[in-house]
Amino acid sequence: MVASLYGVQEECKVIWVYMEQEGGTLENVSLELLHKGREMADQMKWQLAGLLLGSGVADLAEKAFAYGVDEVWLADHPLLDCFTIDAYARVVFQAIMDGKPSVFLLPATPNSRDLAGRLAVRLRTGLNADCTDLHMNPEGELMVSEVSGFGGGVLALIEMRRHRPQMATVRPGVFSQGEAEANRKGKLIRVTVGLTEDMIQTRIVKRVIGKEVDLTRVPVLIAGGRGVEGDFKMLKELADLLDGEIGATRPPVDEGYIERERQIGQTGMVCSPKVAICCAISGAFHFVVGIEKAGIVIAINSDPEAPLFEYSDYCIIGDVHQIIPALITALQEAQEISYA
Amino acid sequence: MRELHTVVCVKVVPKPEAVRVDPSTHLLDRSNARAEINPPDMNALEMALALKDQYGGRVYIVSMGPPYFEPYLRVGVAMGADHIYLLSDRAFAGADTLATTYTLAQGIRKIGPFDLIFCGEESSDGATGQVPSGLAEWLDIAQLTLLTEVDVDLACNIARGRRRLKGGYEILEVQLPSVVSVKTACNEPRFMDYHIKSWAFDEGRVTLWDAADLQADPECIGLAGSPTTVSELAEAPLRERMRQFLQGTPEETARQLVNLLKEKLLT
Repeated sequence: MVASLYGVQEECKVIWVYMEQEGGTLENVSLELLHKGREMADQMKWQLAGLLLGSGVADLAEKAFAYGVDEVWLADHPLLDCFTIDAYARVVFQAIMDGKPSVFLLPATPNSRDLAGRLAVRLRTGLNADCTDLHMNPEGELMVSEVSGFGGGVLALIEMRRHRPQMATVRPGVFSQGEAEANRKGKLIRVTVGLTEDMIQTRIVKRVIGKEVDLTRVPVLIAGGRGVEGDFKMLKELADLLDGEIGATRPPVDEGYIERERQIGQTGMVCSPKVAICCAISGAFHFVVGIEKAGIVIAINSDPEAPLFEYSDYCIIGDVHQIIPALITALQEAQEISYA
Repeated sequence: MRELHTVVCVKVVPKPEAVRVDPSTHLLDRSNARAEINPPDMNALEMALALKDQYGGRVYIVSMGPPYFEPYLRVGVAMGADHIYLLSDRAFAGADTLATTYTLAQGIRKIGPFDLIFCGEESSDGATGQVPSGLAEWLDIAQLTLLTEVDVDLACNIARGRRRLKGGYEILEVQLPSVVSVKTACNEPRFMDYHIKSWAFDEGRVTLWDAADLQADPECIGLAGSPTTVSELAEAPLRERMRQFLQGTPEETARQLVNLLKEKLLT
């Protein structure tokens, strides 16, 4: 087997988290990874380090300390202002070779996935993508990554015995975020960045970053399936009354009734609302994993055999085109209710 | 003007509903599984074929897998691809991302000079989405990922793509050659062309290469070249839910729901 660039003998007993930021704000998924990383580090009595790249982002280090990081490795450079794979992969690679962490966690976002894929090959190490859980096995000091495949129906536990770092990516919403401790301090390590423009061959012609709804943290999710027949306006009306957001299974997204950003499930978002109301959704496994973390699941379907009823707390056999309007009316009548 | 040569990486996957874990052996039971080209790869193939329509050149399909992949891959030729290279060897089995991307890179190098390597966003069975950038690293070329549109300027040797980002997009330019990953469902894959379907299924459209043909380092392929090991495989447990059925007319049900929501959302 081909050896990784550094191995178990040379590793530092430390967990690294790549802290993705956009426009000077740490992404929530970075905080979620820090929370998990802290838990794993505490279990092993290891340190937790956060790797931060950007331009003029030094003040984010304080926030990272508050969220449990012992060391921030900061690469601050004008050429790191916007993500380019060339610049970011080069700088992260160098930092990893300096710090030699045992574990390196990254968010499964578009940019960080690109980074993880490049780095794993460059470091000749393994990468567990889209993990659904992580923990440390104290015996052998190995990270165990849980991944699901085949639409979520199958779980695999994966370890890597000899290659380092042990890399994993995790999607937003999979882990919860910890509490900040305002006065917590840590150590800031500045990474020397030897970047020049000729090292970056990706040219950003245009970049438009809009605001995107974060379905992973809405309190109420109203999800619609094929049986909604494209009537997401009705679902939106309900969602507005409950201070929630609408989502969908894949077919309405493919048919263009709703944006892809609102797709729930294995290839979409993993949500953890207090309440999920699933309208005319049959309940394919790859959808169900997206609402697995919901507090309660309410399913409405005219088909008594719909598999989703198996995964629901409250089941209503009926036509969504009758039940939802009735629910909207009933909610409007009960306007004195304040929704948390 | 020169022509454009592309390679499309394609995986054949079991249809998801058909895979289960055998409770006694803890192995994947694919006996009921029907297969298909990984749906995201169809979007990649379509994007490559659309460029071929515009600029000419050849579209090659490369796939790593057992010989039974062959008939599924021929669908790609019937859609307009020129040739299939199936990288098939028992020694490739058990490959994780590192070994898979190495093997694909060896196959692509052997196919010959290329401008763009197309990949689907992810596979529907493994869903790691890490192949495109791993492949770009092995080949030491640029990458454009999650594209919804792509175009090339052959005179300037440039690829330009529109990359989907959270809440927005970016337009990126790189020098050819480059790896391109294609955002799932960003286009409508064309149907098979029935005029070419008959010769798509002729012999001579598919070349099989084994590890020796690829001059692959035995330490880099299959299980031997895979740093990660699966220690356990299980059917995913789902949380138990109450499964309480609410009865009544839509209005009665709605009133029950209102009370329920009041209780759940105020606590």
